[in-house]
Amino acid sequence: MSLNGWLQITLFITLTLLLAKPMGLYMARVFEGRRTWLDPVLIPCERLLYRLTGVNPNEEMRWTEYCVAMLVFTAATVVLTYVIQRLQVYLPFNPQHLPGVAPALALNTAVSFSTNTNWQAYTPESTMSYLTQMLGLATHNFWSAATGIALAIAFIRGIVRREMKTLGNFWVDVTRATLWILLPISIVLALVYTSQGVIDNLKPYTTATLVQPMTATSTGADGKTTTSTVTTQTIAQGPTASQESIKELGTNGGGFFNANSAHPFENPTPLTNFLEMLSILLIPAGLVVTLGKMVGSPKHGWAVLACMTILWFLGVFTCYWAESQPNPLYHNVDQSNSYMLQSGGNMEGKEVRFGITGSALFATVTTDTSTGAVNSMHDSFMPLGGLVPMVNILLGEVIFGGVGSGLYGIIVFIIISVFIAGLMVGRTPEYLGKKIEAFDVKMAMLFLLIFPLVILGFSAVSLLMPNIGLGSLSNHGPHGLSEVLYAYASAAGNNGSAFAGLNANTNWYNYSLAVTMFFGRFMMIVPMLAIAGNLAGKKITPETAGTFPVTTPTFTVLLLSVIIIVGALTFFPALSLGPVLEHLLLHAGHAF
Amino acid sequence: MSTATQAKGQRRSLFDPAITRRASKDALLKLSPSHMMKNPVMFVVEVGSVLTTVLLFTDLLTHKGHFVFNLQITLWLWFTVLFANFAEAMAEGRGKAQADTLRRAKSETTAYKITKSGSIEEIPSAQLRSGDLVRVLAGQMIPGDGEVVEGVASVDESAITGESAPVIREAGGDRSAVTGGTRVLSDEIKVRITSNPGETFLDRMIALVEGAERQKTPNEIALNILLAGLTIIFLLAVVTLQPYSVYSAAPQTVFVLVSLLVCLIPTTIGGLLSAIGIAGMDRLVQHNVLAMSGRAVEAAGDCNTLLLDKTGTITIGNREACEFLTAPGVESNQLADAAQLSSLADETPEGRSIVVLAKQRFGLRGRELAHLNAEFIPFSATTRMSGIEVDGRSIRKGSVDAISAYLVEHGSRLPDQVRESVESIARSGGTPLVVAENGRALGVIHLKDIVKGGMKERFDHLRAMGIRTVMITGDNPLTAAAIAREAGVDDFLAEAKPKDKMDLIKREQAEGKLVAMTGDGTNDAPALAQADVGVAMNSGTQAAKEAGNMVDLDSNPTKLIEIVGIGKQLLMTRGALTTFSIANDVAKYFAIIPAMFAGVFPVMNKLNIMHLNNPQSAILSAVIFNAIIIVALIPLALRGVKYRPMSAAAMLQRNLIVYGVGGIIAPFLGIKLIDMLITALHLA
Repeated sequence: MSLNGWLQITLFITLTLLLAKPMGLYMARVFEGRRTWLDPVLIPCERLLYRLTGVNPNEEMRWTEYCVAMLVFTAATVVLTYVIQRLQVYLPFNPQHLPGVAPALALNTAVSFSTNTNWQAYTPESTMSYLTQMLGLATHNFWSAATGIALAIAFIRGIVRREMKTLGNFWVDVTRATLWILLPISIVLALVYTSQGVIDNLKPYTTATLVQPMTATSTGADGKTTTSTVTTQTIAQGPTASQESIKELGTNGGGFFNANSAHPFENPTPLTNFLEMLSILLIPAGLVVTLGKMVGSPKHGWAVLACMTILWFLGVFTCYWAESQPNPLYHNVDQSNSYMLQSGGNMEGKEVRFGITGSALFATVTTDTSTGAVNSMHDSFMPLGGLVPMVNILLGEVIFGGVGSGLYGIIVFIIISVFIAGLMVGRTPEYLGKKIEAFDVKMAMLFLLIFPLVILGFSAVSLLMPNIGLGSLSNHGPHGLSEVLYAYASAAGNNGSAFAGLNANTNWYNYSLAVTMFFGRFMMIVPMLAIAGNLAGKKITPETAGTFPVTTPTFTVLLLSVIIIVGALTFFPALSLGPVLEHLLLHAGHAF
Repeated sequence: MSTATQAKGQRRSLFDPAITRRASKDALLKLSPSHMMKNPVMFVVEVGSVLTTVLLFTDLLTHKGHFVFNLQITLWLWFTVLFANFAEAMAEGRGKAQADTLRRAKSETTAYKITKSGSIEEIPSAQLRSGDLVRVLAGQMIPGDGEVVEGVASVDESAITGESAPVIREAGGDRSAVTGGTRVLSDEIKVRITSNPGETFLDRMIALVEGAERQKTPNEIALNILLAGLTIIFLLAVVTLQPYSVYSAAPQTVFVLVSLLVCLIPTTIGGLLSAIGIAGMDRLVQHNVLAMSGRAVEAAGDCNTLLLDKTGTITIGNREACEFLTAPGVESNQLADAAQLSSLADETPEGRSIVVLAKQRFGLRGRELAHLNAEFIPFSATTRMSGIEVDGRSIRKGSVDAISAYLVEHGSRLPDQVRESVESIARSGGTPLVVAENGRALGVIHLKDIVKGGMKERFDHLRAMGIRTVMITGDNPLTAAAIAREAGVDDFLAEAKPKDKMDLIKREQAEGKLVAMTGDGTNDAPALAQADVGVAMNSGTQAAKEAGNMVDLDSNPTKLIEIVGIGKQLLMTRGALTTFSIANDVAKYFAIIPAMFAGVFPVMNKLNIMHLNNPQSAILSAVIFNAIIIVALIPLALRGVKYRPMSAAAMLQRNLIVYGVGGIIAPFLGIKLIDMLITALHLA
């Protein structure tokens, strides 16, 4: 760890928290229908959209109607993306003449992008045409993020409204989230990225001649060894910058290229790396301020933000510390040279232009939120370094979390915390004046059950099947367990980053991960909206000295403990046989 | 609390041998799956125990497994279930003991039914129906709940209230309700029976304290859902651990997996939850309050506003004379003399206090009315004055309006100075009583409401807990404001009519607040029904008792404050033990997880931060700790956590440290200790 590294980390979190307030207040204005400076341009666009689609913006929806609208919208876009992938060979903007995508992969991808996961079981540059990337995938980056924001706003309305049955209008919320928030910021960011060297074109791939031809040796299936000389290299092109900006801003994470943000065309400089990380947290952190503003308790927003920031810090500290250590195995081989083999720490799988700090911070931020973009290979992290991204996801993607989903996720945790500890102040637990009763607890527990169910369940099944499950593993021992666990965690958390090392493009993994992504998104949204709808119908108990405090440091510590304890208690046994065991064995001289 | 109840409380110690014996037996009976199903957490433990028992025997036949270790695990798993059942049985046992006392009062009595023709018919009390009329003579037991329709009698209600002093029950008014099983000590009354057999107050009371009709309260239901949810999550974590272990070439035995599961699921709170609920109701009963539902007890904890009647609750029922204020040109002792004379025949507490004050201040001895040859003029509703005619002196005392009118009649008027005194007394919350002699105003007696001792502190405590107190009084706003200030209540409702009370409740409820109140009269009934917590006085009318959701057998309106405290304590105990139970899991993980895998991966011993002796002793210690912590916490569950009035923020901080941080640390110490013991005894 170095001073320079800590300065980068400090600058990053300071800017994030400074931006949270204006961003949060702006979003509150957008959804409360107050004036914003973009209105003159956007209101006509908005009206036009409603007229074209026949949406009545004044129609209020109950939680069930809101939920159905969201599901219909998602289903329609899943079908659209599936069809585009299957038919891309017949469609324009396919200079490489890439064939139609296989059904299992096409379904996995469509579900992946619509759930804000952006798990990629394929290599984009050799699988997806430009049209598929632009119309099938980049659009989803906007839609899934806008849906997330809409849901979070609906949840906040559920808390704020008293004795009402409705939560707002899904179509209006999605439209406003896209027009007022996602589009303008994405356009600005895309322009900045292009200035730094991120490409944006529709050209066919470029073939470059190698300065120094190289020889490749490969062994065929018959056992014969063939040697070939490589003289050219194909350099993939495409409309990258426009997709890059929303990739982070919408906490989507689906890379235009297979190497994702490690690719120089996606993330060329330390500045773009910094901006990408900053844009990941921009909306999730801002939405917490929006919560405080809309419920009329800005201090509550800051108390929640403080909890998230502490969890973020614990992650970045552990990850940065773990990655700054040289691999003990190198250390054993040659003590005097261990730091030379590993400049500044474990550089395996990391880009030199980002270094340990830029990689560890990116890995923490991308998994705190449900982004899943990567600028280094998490699989190559030290066991404890790799534990951080995994734990971040397993805690429920609530450390800032995905756009919208992070906020509603942490509110569910708040409800559980308030219920457990709220009884201790001698009253029926209440959150911001809303009594937390049996129905709310039931729905919150359903929400919490989904993670262990799909992550632990599917991982266990995969590990029990020697061919279908274990066959995809390239590492064994505890590291193999981590790979499987990470894949399902990433899918359930709608993160989409991969630990790599696992060939997920098989029928079993494509389908089971698609189911996991679906459950991790919608099976959690439904109970969440049910809580929102139920809360909206309740009275608001006025605040008194007897009210459970949700603005104090005590509350922050309580929330923090509940998130850590619930997450740790659920996943500790599995983790102990994964990264924890790997760490212990590594220091005993075993690697996997 | 009356002395009788205090005595009762002391008599029943926490682990009364008779109750403990009965509870031990009940704990075994409660193992029946149909009973266990009601508690999902403990049901899972029971299923686990059955599973390990079956495996223990099959292993014995096939000579597999580590018998001594597995046997110990199995036994302790059963103990875990039994301890939880014992806790519940203990709580119920305390109620049952109380019910037995009550049942004795319910013994069959003979009723003297008055037939339509007016003749008396002797029938067993069990045959009485609602609407029947019975005659009860001195010495006889009142055969059923009812209302006195004729006569006045003193009644011994100690069977129900524990209070030995007899109470007066009379036809009409607010003291007409009588309870079956109580005894008439003097006189004769006619009672109209208001309940059918099996539905009497006593029956309901027995059912309540016995817990027979106990329904889960809203918070308890919600908490049960949370616990069931956590149990499912841990079930998933443990069931999927076996595939991971198999993959890691370190498969686990069912005994170990069940041990891990039982240690993780919230057995501490799961095992004590129903005991806490029963004990909460029991605590109310010990305060001589009957709650008609558990919901009402919880609502008491949630109350935001308490409506307190001024008279009897905030002030002692009677006013006292405290000052004589003379009119111009009148000597103080002249006024005192006239005041005393006019009050000699006045047997009201106010009248007596005037006599006493005159004696204290001016040494005027009370004179015997009979020796004076005087004519006493009693208070009447039309004149609104009382007085005396003696030796040609005509003395009158009464309200300022009445005396003014009297003076005008006599061609005089009230001096301005007297009028000023009257106003200043009213402003200070007192009641002015003007005294006139022979058509001339002598001055004013200041009658003062006496605020009960310690009320101000209690209201301060309530305020600290975020509870607003509103005083209800028939006084004028000026007087009410002064008393409210003196007593330290937050607000008052002056010149209150029953409808105003009702409106106030509805207004508070519309703001989302929960309101508690006490009442005894029939005109209180609608408000009692509307309030979230309505405590009816046992001495009150049947209508009031039906409308409220609690009855105070001591008829002490101040008890509302204690009821709120009991409600809060019930919720706090649940929350504290839930937090404790969940926090406990951290240590159990550090005991069991390394023990499970250290055999195959010796490096896992690095996680054995407690340095437990060996894997078997580690797992066994965790299981034993998990079982005995239930027993160790029974006293806390039955007594309730310590409750101090303070703000929610302070309370949260305190309880989080005690039960949250304490809950994390305690098992580390406990498990280590048990491990040392097990090792010393060579049990593992």
